[in-house]
Amino acid sequence: MLIYVAKRLLWVPILIIISTFFVFFMGSIAPGDPAELKLGNKATPERIEKLRNEMGLNEPLGSQYIKYMKNAIKGDFGESYAYSDKKVSEIIGPKLIVTLQLNLIGSILAIFIGLPLGFYSAKNHKTILDPLIVLSSLIIYAIPIFLTAPLLILFFAVYLNWVPASGWDGLFSYSAILPALTIGIPGSAIYIRHMRSSTLDIINQDYVRTAHSKGLRDFQINTKYIARNALLPIITLLGFTIAGIFTGSLIVELIFGIPGVARLSLDAIYQRDFPILTAFIMIGSVSLIVANLIIDLAYTLVDPRIRLSEKN
Amino acid sequence: MNLIKNLKQKILQQKLISICIFFIFSIYIVGIFAPIIATHDYNTTDLYNTQSSPSRENLLGTDKLGRDIFSRLVWGIQTTVIITFSTLITGTLFLGVSMGLIGGYFRGKIDILIMRLGEVVSSFPEIFLIILLAATIRPKIVELIYRLEDKLNISGLVNSGIIDYFVVGIASLPLSWFGTMRLIRGQVLLVRKLEYIQASQAMGTSNFRIIFFHVLPNVISPVIVSASFGIGAIALSEVILSFFGIGVQPPKPSLGVIINDVTSRGSTSVSVLRNHPEQLLPPIIIIWLLILSWNIIGDYINEKINPR
Repeated sequence: MLIYVAKRLLWVPILIIISTFFVFFMGSIAPGDPAELKLGNKATPERIEKLRNEMGLNEPLGSQYIKYMKNAIKGDFGESYAYSDKKVSEIIGPKLIVTLQLNLIGSILAIFIGLPLGFYSAKNHKTILDPLIVLSSLIIYAIPIFLTAPLLILFFAVYLNWVPASGWDGLFSYSAILPALTIGIPGSAIYIRHMRSSTLDIINQDYVRTAHSKGLRDFQINTKYIARNALLPIITLLGFTIAGIFTGSLIVELIFGIPGVARLSLDAIYQRDFPILTAFIMIGSVSLIVANLIIDLAYTLVDPRIRLSEKN
Repeated sequence: MNLIKNLKQKILQQKLISICIFFIFSIYIVGIFAPIIATHDYNTTDLYNTQSSPSRENLLGTDKLGRDIFSRLVWGIQTTVIITFSTLITGTLFLGVSMGLIGGYFRGKIDILIMRLGEVVSSFPEIFLIILLAATIRPKIVELIYRLEDKLNISGLVNSGIIDYFVVGIASLPLSWFGTMRLIRGQVLLVRKLEYIQASQAMGTSNFRIIFFHVLPNVISPVIVSASFGIGAIALSEVILSFFGIGVQPPKPSLGVIINDVTSRGSTSVSVLRNHPEQLLPPIIIIWLLILSWNIIGDYINEKINPR
């Protein structure tokens, strides 16, 4: 157990270094010379060369990377090419917060729809309800957001006029409802599937039958004996959700006109503003790696079977 | 997982599967025979006849440049077919299977290397990795193909849209091989200690022969499942990339390009859905049903292969 944890802890920094270096490398081979982009295409070669030296672009890639990472740890991801002289962190920060809020509420919605439905579906797996829930979750999961988002807007915003059709006035406003639903409903499908299959595994265990024959109340069996154990494998799914927190809302943001990272990163691609893109992917991958580490460790702590088998 | 297991009506299940297979086949046939089925050229504009409603001349009407939407859709399906299959064969099947076989059979350093590589790849937010790759490798590939054209003294490769296939294929490669690799590796780990493998090793059969003739046939079946889920995912990532304008480049049509064209990158999708649903719905519904059908088939095969 301790060796396993130590190995994981040792590997994580290496993983972070490899993946950030890869992103940095991709950003540096990206088309367009940063110095040229900054000065515009009328600048003389001497000026460009001078700025290249000032920006440290003529140094070897390794030392550029080390310099970049030293600043990145302090939250400084360099300057944007396109928005002249603005720090990348200033540009990204507010947009990232909006995206994180939106996806967080979407994922919470997905969990709260998905887990009870999956549990319910498994409990009723001998009736017609189970295949119905599962099949409809499959259908919903496969619907492209290109369809659900405009349909929801058309129905709730245009015809019923309950919520605004687009825009973003913060997490606790009517404008957050539709985008959150658009992310949360298809997202719940994956929880339905996993919760259902893990509950089905538990339901047929001997100890559940014993609990029934002891005459325990159904409520107690469902919560204490089944749901609690069925939730264990779901912890590993959280990593998947955390990855979704960064990327889940790209299309939704475009369709709803939400000022998140989608528009920003697309503009960054078109304007070849790679510092923004690089910074964003680095933040995303480092938090993903750390989150996965925490989830792995938490899982080994929570599940005694893993803890004990690692010891032997 | 085994979701249709409990559909008591076996016939209903069989029917569902046959509908899915029929749908997939008809879509792919449309894609393959696009030159015959399309009624117009996908790129001819007719500015006297824009945003028209469906008619006998234009089956699904025309878009804002007067291009026939039905023909663009048919050619777009062809793009999707080409991209899904080339990515599936190179990424999922070739890379994934061979890495899984090598890692699982030889173990040791090479296995650790492959697994670590997979961990690195899966440590990125995936759509952003695809976007970054697509944005950075496109110029390199264009350069490469121009050089190839000069060397072979031909032209037209760049304009034929082949670059788009490469870009989308390579960009989704890092994601497509890992799942299959893990699956195959797990199976190989189970098989490699069995007696018949040990017997061949004792007889001095070459590793290559053992892997291909004794291990591979026994581990290949789960790949069908992961491939059928993968096809849907690849098709979707093409749509998303093209929708963002970094996958297939217009004027070449693909399902994503059409959605992007019609909705001006999502911003007008509501009004389009209201006023010209015939422009927006067909590509979306095709991609939806395609993914759904492949998922249902994948579930079905999964249940047949690993009954619980």
